[in-house]
Amino acid sequence: MTTAVEFQNVSRHFGSIKAVDDVSLKIEEGTFFAMLGPSGSGKTTCLRLISGFDRPTEGHIQIFGETSEGIPPNRRSVNTVFQDYALFPHLNVRDNVAYGLMVKGEAKASRLKQADEMLALVKLDDYGDRKPAQLSGGQRQRVALARALVNRPRVLLLDEPLGALDLKLREQMQDELKSLQQALGITFVFVTHDQGEALSMADSLAVFNEGKIVQIGTPQDVYQRPKTRFVADFVGSSNVLPPDLCAQLGGESKWSSLRPESISITEDATAKVSGTVKGIRYLGSANRVAVAVADTEISVMPSASSPLPEIGQSIGLTWSNDALHSMDEE
Amino acid sequence: MSAIDQPTSTSFLNRMSDAFWRRPKLLLALMLAPPLLWLGMIYVGSLFSLLIQSFFSIDEFSGVIQYEFTLKTYGELFRPANYDIIIRTTLMAAAVTVASAIVAFPVAYYAARYARGKIKALFYLGAMLPLWSSYLVKIYAWKLILAKEGIINWIVDGIGLTWLLKAILSIPVIGGNSLSVSYIGTFLVFLYVWLPFMILPVQAALERVPGNLLEASGDLGASSRQTFTHVIFPLALPGIVAGSIFTFSLTLGDYIIPQIVGSSRLFIGQAVFAHQGTAGNIPLAAAFAVVPILIMALYLWAAKRKGAFDAL
Repeated sequence: MTTAVEFQNVSRHFGSIKAVDDVSLKIEEGTFFAMLGPSGSGKTTCLRLISGFDRPTEGHIQIFGETSEGIPPNRRSVNTVFQDYALFPHLNVRDNVAYGLMVKGEAKASRLKQADEMLALVKLDDYGDRKPAQLSGGQRQRVALARALVNRPRVLLLDEPLGALDLKLREQMQDELKSLQQALGITFVFVTHDQGEALSMADSLAVFNEGKIVQIGTPQDVYQRPKTRFVADFVGSSNVLPPDLCAQLGGESKWSSLRPESISITEDATAKVSGTVKGIRYLGSANRVAVAVADTEISVMPSASSPLPEIGQSIGLTWSNDALHSMDEE
Repeated sequence: MSAIDQPTSTSFLNRMSDAFWRRPKLLLALMLAPPLLWLGMIYVGSLFSLLIQSFFSIDEFSGVIQYEFTLKTYGELFRPANYDIIIRTTLMAAAVTVASAIVAFPVAYYAARYARGKIKALFYLGAMLPLWSSYLVKIYAWKLILAKEGIINWIVDGIGLTWLLKAILSIPVIGGNSLSVSYIGTFLVFLYVWLPFMILPVQAALERVPGNLLEASGDLGASSRQTFTHVIFPLALPGIVAGSIFTFSLTLGDYIIPQIVGSSRLFIGQAVFAHQGTAGNIPLAAAFAVVPILIMALYLWAAKRKGAFDAL
């Protein structure tokens, strides 16, 4: 497999702030790659380094094996879908989509035809004559996608493209983006702070924190075997158990992650620990029960069929042995 | 028991405020009435009386105004002497407008895109400062600057470019004995005096262009020049048109600058001034004054048809 984008010890400092701090990573061609992290973790800066809007303070970035040093954004084979779409307000939808072809000198008839084809692909056939201001958020998002894809980029960068959409639309667009990526076979690099989005769409994802990549892997890897306490907590709000508690439970004396959904409530002697119910949060499809065990609060998501405990009740918790995942780093 | 607690204080002001809240249109009408009356009576009224005057004529022998509707006065505008004044003024206004757009754009662009904090405050100060000092003082200062004994001549002399200045001044029509008595001089002073009126609207228009549009353009493969032509300029155009309305109409109507700096040939403003004053030919003065209004109307109509306001 070819490497589409490669970061070699890349740093980007703004004064004393290390927005991106010694990041190395490889993105394989044709994958859906997610950059996941809280705001300010450096993921968007990494995207801007690929597109060329920003330049690394140190390190090298290669796009398809060629150095990106000194190459301005307009001469890179990558295109971006911007967070707030950045559609040109004075052009209609068709001209927006045809913009990239226009500046490359494509003949008018040909570029408008291609723009219409691309609009059909994103299911906006009849919207070519409208101005961006006349579209809904979801439609603008599709125009932004079409405008980038019409240039047939080798890498498509998406900067929190679904952030402004409501939940229902977001889920629909997630499916569409994923199937579009599979159909076109283009490398997608997707920046998001939404772990659910990253897990459900990505083939591979990198978790960012404070300018560094904390973990790279498949969604299953990252979710089930988080490397650090940060990843365990950020991806799926896992319980993070301290080393001494893990040792008591017969595990290694290391920080460990225990997924709330793999814990069940029991009252018999099989209980691994017992604690007091502190609170119950109703989440619609499930409940999240907070249980105080010694100094640690463990959150449990019991299966919908099991009866809910009451607040203040003393209950036992159990889980299968492989559910407790001990982490290598803090 | 009432469902809502009545306000404890029912002073007159409170009751007024409640009444306005219930009838928001009443408040709007009250606020708009004074300025509308002012505009309607003073401005539109005088404009209308001006328009009426221009349809009267003057008896050539007695110099008495004849209060009969006629197009004779408008016909006089097409006499070569008068027609020249209109063409001269319009060309000057167009030249001043184009030049101020060219000079203002980079300044406005810098202020909108790059200047921050103190530098930005300095920009506003720099753009507005000329407007704070007296118009007449500025023009007389320029007369001194442009005069044969002035600083420009002195500098040009010092760097040995007198031949160039002489060559420029020997160009027929726009040249003259010295800068201060040539059209070039008039043009430079107009440019200086009206420049802030171009910079500020262009800067405001550019300020509203989100930075990510420029990034998007570059991302889609546009060079800086293409981004300028296809994104920055169209989005700045409403600001340029707004600025050009100022520079164009102010030049069309001004009668002091060409009086002090320039050749003795008249501009529309001077013609209006002369005809309504010493000559006592109010109808012709009125007809002259209608010309800039017509030109501006024509200009705005053309700008709208060309789509200059599409980005608004």
